[in-house]
Amino acid sequence: MDDRLATKLRILADAAKYDASCASSGAPKRRAGPGGLGSTSNGICHSYTPDGRCVSLLKILMTNYCLFDCAYCVNRRSSNTPRARFTVEEVIAVTLDFYKRNYIEGLFLSSGIARSPDRTMEDMLRIARGLRRDHGFAGYIHLKTIPEASPWLIEQAGLWADRLSVNLELPSAASLGRLAPEKSAAAIEGAMAQTRARIAEAREERRRFAPAGQSTQVIVGADVATDTELLTTSDRLYREHRLARVYYSAFSPIPEPSSALPPEAPPLGRENRLYQADWLLRSYGFTLAEIAAATEGGMLDLGIDPKLAWALRHRERFPVDVNRARRSELLRVPGLGIRVVDRILAARRHGALRLADLARLTRNSRRPLPFIVTPDHRAPGLDRLDLRARLTAKPRQLELF
Amino acid sequence: MRSVALRAGANLAGFRAALRALMAEGVPPAEVVWQEEGAPADLHARPLVPHPEAPAVPLPRAAVDLIATVVMHRAPERYARLHDLCWRLTHGEAALLDDPSDPLVHRLGAMAREIRREIHKMHAFVRFRRVEEAGLERYVAWFEPEHFILEAAAPFFRDRFRALDWTILTPVGSVRWNGESLAFGPPATRDEAPAGDPVEAAWTGYYAATFNPARVNPARMRQEMPRRYWRDLPEAATIPGLIAEAPARAREMIEKEAEMPRKRDPARAVAAMAEQRPASLAELNAIIARSDPFVEGGTRAVLGEGPDHAAIAFVGEQPGDQEDSQGRPFVGPAGQLLDRALAEAGIGRAACYLTNAVKHFKFRQTGKRRLHQTPTAGEVRHYRWWLETELDLVAPRLTVALGATAALALAGRAVPVTKNRGPWRFGDRPGYLTVHPSYLLRLPDAEAKAREYARFVEDLRAARALAA
Repeated sequence: MDDRLATKLRILADAAKYDASCASSGAPKRRAGPGGLGSTSNGICHSYTPDGRCVSLLKILMTNYCLFDCAYCVNRRSSNTPRARFTVEEVIAVTLDFYKRNYIEGLFLSSGIARSPDRTMEDMLRIARGLRRDHGFAGYIHLKTIPEASPWLIEQAGLWADRLSVNLELPSAASLGRLAPEKSAAAIEGAMAQTRARIAEAREERRRFAPAGQSTQVIVGADVATDTELLTTSDRLYREHRLARVYYSAFSPIPEPSSALPPEAPPLGRENRLYQADWLLRSYGFTLAEIAAATEGGMLDLGIDPKLAWALRHRERFPVDVNRARRSELLRVPGLGIRVVDRILAARRHGALRLADLARLTRNSRRPLPFIVTPDHRAPGLDRLDLRARLTAKPRQLELF
Repeated sequence: MRSVALRAGANLAGFRAALRALMAEGVPPAEVVWQEEGAPADLHARPLVPHPEAPAVPLPRAAVDLIATVVMHRAPERYARLHDLCWRLTHGEAALLDDPSDPLVHRLGAMAREIRREIHKMHAFVRFRRVEEAGLERYVAWFEPEHFILEAAAPFFRDRFRALDWTILTPVGSVRWNGESLAFGPPATRDEAPAGDPVEAAWTGYYAATFNPARVNPARMRQEMPRRYWRDLPEAATIPGLIAEAPARAREMIEKEAEMPRKRDPARAVAAMAEQRPASLAELNAIIARSDPFVEGGTRAVLGEGPDHAAIAFVGEQPGDQEDSQGRPFVGPAGQLLDRALAEAGIGRAACYLTNAVKHFKFRQTGKRRLHQTPTAGEVRHYRWWLETELDLVAPRLTVALGATAALALAGRAVPVTKNRGPWRFGDRPGYLTVHPSYLLRLPDAEAKAREYARFVEDLRAARALAA
């Protein structure tokens, strides 16, 4: 690969890294046909960067020239960041070169809006189509659609991509108006609604249209939205647009910052707590009101996870008897995840579970202790006022004397 | 005491034969010493003699799968544990595997997880390097798996890189795909693998560029990508440098003051961006023609035909066999019938705009014939934006929907035609609803045909009056 292309690749990968999404799962099982290249998996991370993030897809922008001026974005038109533009053929070549060496699961293509939304989106479409049709590429393709592009482009994109997404970016129309003046919340949600309808119709008719669904990203900490407000937005998106995932990306200080932004990043823990709360909503039977009630002024407790925060405020629901409780009750115990709960349900049919048995079923058997009962254990100190402190105290290393 | 010697590696067949013999003789696990072939014999144990006739041991499906996985483990204790499992399953504990809290089940489960993880990591961390031999390209990788997983991991690479000639070399064996079959070969050494690949510099650059120095978290990285893999990952060489520079780079990002843009605001480009809707039918048709069909079949887009600002626009279902061949709408049998009816109703075809809800011919090939397939509701919606834009540009006084598919496309929902035949509003568009001429062609008896044809002509006359 020549130096000029490698330089472009660095610029356009750097510009794309602020997008949190990297999942390559959810696509239907595919393998290469005769003479073809590529298959889908349950999501393989081919590498990890020192920030602990998974490298699964070649995540790049087609170009970082952009006509928009979104304050949180390093590629906004008023930023002095270095610019580059790939041709359609270059993106196809880099994707295939990387794929053949087993560096990636596929392509995650996004773009700044150069010339016009339609022309940009059409070039992205040509890349996806070129990979699939001209190169028999059966790997994963995720296209970040441009909500300002004409609807027919979204219709066409779904023919070639496994997943489509549109970034919501900010949880409220007001923040969008202040920080991303050219974007419209209505256009973004319109594109989501269109994508959702097409995916649903295609599934019903057993056709292929963005089979892995759609996702979105919300930036956390660039505006004043509270966690409860963010989760309310996500909850609505899951219900109304049937999104596969909502990604929370902690606003990260960017090179070339805009003066409309807070100078400091929010604590990374906030993003983590939001993901945990999101899981509770989607898979643990928690309601939005229950999570909201376990926050302080709408903000999740950064010191403890949201399930523990909820449990500490609802001690009357505990202790839970590991050998008798229903599945839904076990799922509410801090430290017991879905897989552990299912293992408990399987194991207890063979006899009463004691602590030693429980230790073999879970990775961290100490966490649920204050909230459970077994024949040889009775939740100690559930009424203690300092329970929270006891659960969060870090073991201190002893001094050598 | 009995001793069993098995060939090194994942020896499923050897274990199965030994297990059958032990079970046939009724030897309990506590009386067996499992050894690797070639190791010094245990003097206190009598070697097991193979029993070719020993019967198969009946085991639950889950146990068979567990055995096939755990034999790949590196731990020498694996065979003894598996023997123990089989013994207990066949001696009164048939449901043993359903109890994940049993120590043996727990241990074997953990071993199986380690195997699955290592297979997964091999799928992730193998790095091919391209070599050219006599003008042909080959892809070769060196990998050091922790367990005996090469054969279990290979099918993944076959399914993914079917078009490539690839080889994976490991210290415990090698595998090559030649485009037709997987061939397993002897152990290899690192120096048999190529030393580099020109694309690796770009990959390493990509890797370094995706790292966000404001969020450094090496512990999390090492948890998923332990150091033992780093040696054969080209990108891993940059890790120490990236971590060392991260704090300074992050500080620089935070301390950097907001700066005035050095370039002028591209106000004109931003304004131009808003005007991207096709401005003419020709522009729209160019888009439709270069796009892909949303239906199976369709060799080319059949575009609408007729003057701008025609008084009446007729919208049919989709082009048929003839239309697809000639590239013009309404030229097949149904089109000819429409021409006749238009003439009788006193409408000149040349003065009308004719188009279809779906722009491509959806068909199924059976022998030499191309059988028309009705487009689904979802497929019709894919074409809606084009149809709406087309009609906005033509701006007819009246839009006539011919048949149910056109009605669905124009109304955005299913409208039963026979019940609602007559004037109709499609959103802001004044419209008229009638049958598709192909319906008249399909009627079986001549009397019904004549009656329905007359009604169709009546509909066209009514439409003419409305559009006047």
